[in-house]
Amino acid sequence: MGGLVYYSSRSGNTARFVQALGLPADRIAGPDAGPAPTLPFVLICPTFADGEGRGAVPKQVIRFLNDPARRDLLRGVIAGGNRNFGTTFALAGDVIARKCDVPVLYRFELAGTATDIARVRDGLDIFWRTQCLTTA
Amino acid sequence: MKDIITPRPVPRAINWNRLQDDKDLEVWNRLTVNFWLPEKVPLSNDVQSWASLRPDEQALTIRVFTGLTLLDTIQNALGAPAMLADVQTPHEEAVLTNIAFMEAVHARSYSSIFSTLCSTKEVDEAFRWSEDNPHLQAKARLILDQYDAGADPLRRKIASVFLESFLFYSGFYLPMYWSSRAKLTNTADLIRLIIRDEAIHGYYIGYKFQRATERLPQAEKDALKDFAFALMFDLYEIEARYAEELYDGIGLTEDVKAFLHYNANKALQNLGYEALFPPAACDVNPAILAALSPDSENHDFFSGSGSSYVIGKTVATEDTDWDF
Repeated sequence: MGGLVYYSSRSGNTARFVQALGLPADRIAGPDAGPAPTLPFVLICPTFADGEGRGAVPKQVIRFLNDPARRDLLRGVIAGGNRNFGTTFALAGDVIARKCDVPVLYRFELAGTATDIARVRDGLDIFWRTQCLTTA
Repeated sequence: MKDIITPRPVPRAINWNRLQDDKDLEVWNRLTVNFWLPEKVPLSNDVQSWASLRPDEQALTIRVFTGLTLLDTIQNALGAPAMLADVQTPHEEAVLTNIAFMEAVHARSYSSIFSTLCSTKEVDEAFRWSEDNPHLQAKARLILDQYDAGADPLRRKIASVFLESFLFYSGFYLPMYWSSRAKLTNTADLIRLIIRDEAIHGYYIGYKFQRATERLPQAEKDALKDFAFALMFDLYEIEARYAEELYDGIGLTEDVKAFLHYNANKALQNLGYEALFPPAACDVNPAILAALSPDSENHDFFSGSGSSYVIGKTVATEDTDWDF
């Protein structure tokens, strides 16, 4: 089983999502670039895009990923957002996926629903098992 | 008799280079970049589509839009200005005045739709309907009670988030429904601009509510939460009847109610609270979700739905690429 790293702004939506998942997770916080994972991990990231899609990925997350050692361990991204933002819904996931060549594993709205939590728990479980098989 | 003169505090100019809360600038930037006017949307391209609707469908659409106009009018003239008295930072004041103005743009937009698609007589009839409709008036009054001068500032924020993130959706459903059937698609584009704004408004006011309550004693937090859920129940009761009256005729009431449950939960999340309605009650018609966020249907890995899953095109990532 790989790790989880997440970013949450002070609105706390992503933090509540991660708390509901109940899995160990490191938060990207503070002025430095945050945790330094040593094992493969999945990133959970909210979206802050304007109407043109600019600024989708929070700066703290850019700083965190702006390190080849961390990017090498990134295996997938789960993106938060709000469907009310139309075509830019959960756009941070697509931007990170493109930049880092990893799949968007899941999208959720705000702090997620009970259904989202169940799907992500099951999905991660299966995902890490497949990852182990392919990297063994 | 003594004159008690409260000394006027030193008037202070707003300094955007000294922020107490980064969220103010973040939201200001998003709102100002997203600024739009109804003239930007080619509504007249919907004239033919409008003519293809049955008279009862046209009447329903006009009524729904007058109902939405009423909410925007309240938020423009009373809701956002009422919150100015309770700001925590000067920058919050500036954001709220932007919110107030955009609500006026939204209210004005519905009249643009009307003047493009409808006859004056039909529109006048619908505005009269909005003044007489007991459900519409009841929800407006419940919100206005919290906007009154003497009302509690935190309850006012709760009411405001419910207006922005819940009450609009019995109305927003219809243009999303028409759009999913390839009708009134330009009107739907305009409504999506409104939905985008309201999402930021609900998020921001909910965020300020959370900041204002985080240091309160537990008993006060509990009382506010009780108030929020009680108000949501009351508003939901009204919304359910409003939806029945509007949508029974075209057989969409149950679909609308699922959308209401889904949005009620999102409104509560904006306040930092947990969901009220269980997932089974929030099974929104996928066509409506697709109309809300076109081109971004689920094509993620875990869901396994959709066919367009691809890993992004491989581009060697250099550190200098991180230029968002």
